[in-house]
Amino acid sequence: MSAAIVPGRPRSVNFDVARIRRDFPILDQQVNGKPLVYLDSAASSQRPLAVIEAMDRYYEHDHANVHRGVHTLSQRATDAYEGARETIRGFINARSTREIIYVRGTTEAINLVAQSYARPILQPGDEILISALEHHANIVPWQIVCGQTGAQLKVIPITQTGEVDFAAFERLIGPRTRLLALAHISNALGTIVPVERFIARAKELEVPVLLDGAQAVPHSVVDVQALDCDFYCFSAHKMVGPTGVGVLYGRESLLEAMPPWQGGGDMILSVTFEKTTYNQLPWKFEAGTPDIAGAIGLGAAIRYLQGIGMERIAAYEHELLDYATARLSSIPGLRIIGTSPQKAAVVSFTMAGIHPHDIGTILDTEAVAVRTGHHCAMPVMDFFGVPATARASLSFYNTFEEIDRLVAALEHARKLLG
Amino acid sequence: MDLKDLYRDVIVDHNRHPRNFGKLDPADAHADGYNPLCGDRLTVYVNLDGDRISEAKFEGSGCAISVASASLLTEAVKGKSRAQVQELFDDVHTVLTQHDATVDASRLGKLAALTGVREFPARVKCASLCWHTLNAALDRASAPVTTE
Repeated sequence: MSAAIVPGRPRSVNFDVARIRRDFPILDQQVNGKPLVYLDSAASSQRPLAVIEAMDRYYEHDHANVHRGVHTLSQRATDAYEGARETIRGFINARSTREIIYVRGTTEAINLVAQSYARPILQPGDEILISALEHHANIVPWQIVCGQTGAQLKVIPITQTGEVDFAAFERLIGPRTRLLALAHISNALGTIVPVERFIARAKELEVPVLLDGAQAVPHSVVDVQALDCDFYCFSAHKMVGPTGVGVLYGRESLLEAMPPWQGGGDMILSVTFEKTTYNQLPWKFEAGTPDIAGAIGLGAAIRYLQGIGMERIAAYEHELLDYATARLSSIPGLRIIGTSPQKAAVVSFTMAGIHPHDIGTILDTEAVAVRTGHHCAMPVMDFFGVPATARASLSFYNTFEEIDRLVAALEHARKLLG
Repeated sequence: MDLKDLYRDVIVDHNRHPRNFGKLDPADAHADGYNPLCGDRLTVYVNLDGDRISEAKFEGSGCAISVASASLLTEAVKGKSRAQVQELFDDVHTVLTQHDATVDASRLGKLAALTGVREFPARVKCASLCWHTLNAALDRASAPVTTE
């Protein structure tokens, strides 16, 4: 590669990444004798000390079950758990904490909507509309509910750049469409879907819209009122929070009308063998002892992100994306899959003559962690005619130097197997 | 971990130039193998002469380890009886999974190139996929096998 085509590394004067990296102890380690380069944040991000310590503090000082006791610890646990709900509400600008349901993650949120919202209303011949860009979590729950009800799953095609085909969408949405379920940002390709356009058209036809926001919430400002979506789903572990907890945002009027999804403790007001009265929102959908520490960790993660500022995070990650795209494009035989003009900091790619699985292993020996495989989006792989891709996904704690390490490791792979 | 242990010259060569690659038509038996983790897909074909494998071919796509392993397999099993194939499979499985393996390298021939795979546990399934697929073919199994 000639030096002339290597773009200069941008230097973000307003972004002190070295300081941010000190907040993430896991990043400071050697793998296979070399400093770790973690480029797999779209699969799961790392978490800062602020999150780890908030959860430790809770377990060391405040743990008891929530909504159960009059004793001090139960009150503290309840305050922290419900306080995190208010933090989440503010973060996505929901109208009320009644619209913030804790779940295990994006997958559970979508399953909840499929079973509790869609299943009771779907009739044979009704349609659920998704796109060909979706993660399996936004495909399979709809296939299941279609199988249960006789409804049909319709799929909006994507284009060669990895964008959802809006013209095709306008043809596919119709009088039988009962729900539009779309990724806000594609996990496999990084495409930022212009969901506002899709939502506006759906609203004209009074079709409710669910957004899979797992990849969007960590990287951009999300305002559910401005979006005017009906459901929004995301996971804590992709946004520097803990695993095992996530959020379903739902428009209150819809959540009110939906039956509970799971029965048990905490979701009831009174129980006799003859009749049970369900609890109010949001607890109607939170049967059993919840992931209290997880919720507290998610609250701490949001405060951490807000401390940096989502606009600044998005701007810095965009610089990383531009740099990574330019550097990777200069590697002979490397093909970037997903070239939408609007992208999050995800670069999915293949290399001529080298299977992604081999790329993953070779990169790992250089301590560069990327995801290889189908990214839980096998239809996307089929569309592009590849069995798998390698995917580097960047976060605000990554550096331009780490992208150089990625490029050097890929050159090594090319020499070895290309 | 040394990459040179995994991607030995024999492996790189058989990945670039797989032997016995293609369909065997007609075949006495064949089976499909699929590794859902990485998307490797193989079909292994065999022709039998009594109890012996007279011909073995494969087709499909996969990583360097799975392609090279399948290529080496087709060379290694030709002319062997089912019992000899089973012994070979047991030996390969042992060197892929056990660090203190005491398999005589001379019994493995070129298959000994796969011994480096055991240092990379995530890749063992890549190397063993073709062997499971061959077993399925020999069992006349029609359903695809997976490494799961």
